[in-house]
Amino acid sequence: MTYARCSRAEIARRVAADIPEGAYVNLGIGLPTMVADHLPPDREILLHSENGILGMGPAPAKEDIDPDLMNAGKQPVTLLTGGAFFHHADSFAMIRGGHLDICVLGAFQVSASGDLANWSTGEPDAIPAVGGAMDLAVGAKSVWVMMELLTRKGESKIVPRCTYPLTGVGVVSRVYTDLAVIDITPDGLSAYDLVPGLDMAELQRLTGVPLGARVAALK
Amino acid sequence: MINKIAESLEVALSGVEDGATILIGGFGDAGMPNELIDALIAQGAKGLVVVNNNAGQGETGVAALLKTGRVRKIICSFPRNADSQVFDNLYRAGRLELELVPQGTLVERLRAAGAGIGAFYTPTAFGTELARGKESRRIDGRDFILEYPIHADYALIKAEAADRWGNLVYRKAARNFGPVMAAAAKCSIAQVNRIAELGDLDPEAIVTPGIFVSRVVRVARPVPGVAVNAGEGRP
Repeated sequence: MTYARCSRAEIARRVAADIPEGAYVNLGIGLPTMVADHLPPDREILLHSENGILGMGPAPAKEDIDPDLMNAGKQPVTLLTGGAFFHHADSFAMIRGGHLDICVLGAFQVSASGDLANWSTGEPDAIPAVGGAMDLAVGAKSVWVMMELLTRKGESKIVPRCTYPLTGVGVVSRVYTDLAVIDITPDGLSAYDLVPGLDMAELQRLTGVPLGARVAALK
Repeated sequence: MINKIAESLEVALSGVEDGATILIGGFGDAGMPNELIDALIAQGAKGLVVVNNNAGQGETGVAALLKTGRVRKIICSFPRNADSQVFDNLYRAGRLELELVPQGTLVERLRAAGAGIGAFYTPTAFGTELARGKESRRIDGRDFILEYPIHADYALIKAEAADRWGNLVYRKAARNFGPVMAAAAKCSIAQVNRIAELGDLDPEAIVTPGIFVSRVVRVARPVPGVAVNAGEGRP
């Protein structure tokens, strides 16, 4: 069976295409940040940043970098016309209070029941760091994960049960991968949009966790 | 006449006792009160508990404070950075205690302290390692954990402008933890780029009313490419 995996930019484009007009969205640091570069220009989508920005715009030209205007990953950004600044407690009220429509996060593992592990590998000598991940995981109306399906060793990152420390329990509703999009529903996993040349049997073999056929009612 | 403006960084930092809990604003470089931190290092208090979102980057600011060995414990959400070597070394050597707190829980614990809230239930971290040993409760079918406020002796924050009553306005995303920390500490000290005459700050635009601020000190924003003398030990 021959098929090509999606590049990270292609996954980002696929995620961006599913973000509707008018959505309030937080893009996690790392891979999800790439989604910002692929948002459809004909839609008004408001990006939120934990450090107190709503209506975050793209990176500025070098001469326009402002040290007081950066994203949660501490990269310089801009503010769109109509954007707003606010303090951290308001920012996390937006997150925990369920005001964000979508949050896109990276992950080490996602379980079949939507548990998310993305903040720690649990190695004893690792320096732990959690940032806003646990707040985003419980707070956004929809938590989407963007990741490669397999580790470098070829193990599925969608697992029956996470072995890495959890970020949130039962929070992920959709996983965008380099091989397919997988919805996590109360009735189980549903895979669709497989890359050309990949069939469900092979995806099932790679993933290990039972994948239903696409349910018509799901996007 | 109320005048909260301190004539120097040294005066602004006077009275900080050993063992104090000190909130330090900022997220990355934005809103980081670097000159107040340098003045705290010069002041010399030790055995400190520091609360900041991060645990220092590079060799300046919070990292420089940690390097003095005068911080006993740090409470933060994201200590690990590409250039957090000062923290990493102290932590691995067992010379610095870390309390890791999710960022939203960190700011809500600070908010609770400033607002007189005794404790609160949050869904954040339920079912994770960071909920270990904490009370939990199911409310309306959802699981929460109990978190307590973080009270502090001092807050060091950075704002754009202040008047002599301590009213503050901020600049862009440098606002971040400033307003919340200002309310959470017994004595909040703001370094500002500009001092405004009383009445010049638009009352509709004041973000931190002066009741939350004890001391103000002016530290002019450095002009790019021009060396300025902006406090102790900072060329």
